[in-house]
Amino acid sequence: MTTETMTDQRTVTLEVFRYHPDTDSEPSFQSYEVPYREEWVVLDALNWLKDEVDGTLSYRWSCRMGVCGSCGTMVNGYPRLTCNAFLREFLPGPIRVEPLRGFPVERDMVTVLDDFMEKLTDVKPYIIREEEQSLDEGEYRQSPSQLADYKQFSMCINCTLCYAACPVYEHEDDFLGPAVLALAQRYNLDSRDQGNEQRQQLIWADEGIWDCTFVGECSEVCPKDVDPAAAIQQAKVDATNNFFISFLPFTPPGMGR
Amino acid sequence: MRPSNEPFWWAMFGAGGMITALLLPVLIILTGFVVPAGGVDFNQLDTLFNNPLVRLIILGVAFLSFFHAAHRIRHTLKDLGLRSVATPLAVLCYAAALAGTIWAALVVL
Ligand code: SF4
Ligand code: FES
Repeated sequence: MTTETMTDQRTVTLEVFRYHPDTDSEPSFQSYEVPYREEWVVLDALNWLKDEVDGTLSYRWSCRMGVCGSCGTMVNGYPRLTCNAFLREFLPGPIRVEPLRGFPVERDMVTVLDDFMEKLTDVKPYIIREEEQSLDEGEYRQSPSQLADYKQFSMCINCTLCYAACPVYEHEDDFLGPAVLALAQRYNLDSRDQGNEQRQQLIWADEGIWDCTFVGECSEVCPKDVDPAAAIQQAKVDATNNFFISFLPFTPPGMGR
Repeated sequence: MRPSNEPFWWAMFGAGGMITALLLPVLIILTGFVVPAGGVDFNQLDTLFNNPLVRLIILGVAFLSFFHAAHRIRHTLKDLGLRSVATPLAVLCYAAALAGTIWAALVVL
């Protein structure tokens, strides 16, 4: 990791999106020179700026290791986690840092996530049981292959990079969007879950999977390889099977939900 | 939330995608290049295409290809900004596909 870019560069220019709704009538960009270090990520540079230059700079972060999902930001126009976007990837600079596209801005790089959170809650991203099995029956067992069915979709850290990458989310207010649909699929595919029908109405609607025109950028930008586009395609196949089956006078064996 | 009728169009789109990817290039190369170049005798092909079953298959290829294209064009135009006219756009695209299919039926049957 450390051997790749040898450079004499001492500093790098950061063009930072600034917007404080109380005082600014409109957003602007401010340029800063920050020290260049080979092992620094964009988040380190932002933290340096906040500590040394301008304490009013606002952005979200927590874990610094690609786990919490809070540091999503547009870096040179591309949705990234600032904690795994190395400065050396963007040499010689400048590096433009903006809030994630498609979301209202609260302040600087801090976006308003209410819409995402509401949609996430709507698809009931938790295990639903018609009846809980009693404690003495033990745990719900799951085979490795049952786990493999949904594991990839369970890796989501809610960073919303996929929303910033999705051209449909930007234009369709009601579209549930990639991560929410991937998480719905994650629970639908879980052998312990029985909540499929409760989620169906929402995810099989136009505003659910059908607004997706398979652009596929969500899967490109996802830092966790969740592949939300694949989850949506799977759900489309399920919905389509169900659509045609619903015209049959009987339910073919194994097809009922 | 209304149930979507999109599965129907999407199924046609999917089937059409499969057919166009597999059969259309073969048909184009065969009828557009190989036959004119004399690689295959025209009369031989004529006998084949006179078989009612083969005609039906060709009509099927045309039908699914048209609906595949209609669906793709509809959603691309929507993505490009024609959201406010989404419904008339859909009607127009699928009507064009239907017209194409009828035309194909008139030609091959
Ligand atoms: S699917 Fe990937 S990009 Fe989208 S929120 Fe989850 S982790 Fe982030
Ligand atoms: S700070 Fe937690 S993912 Fe970047």
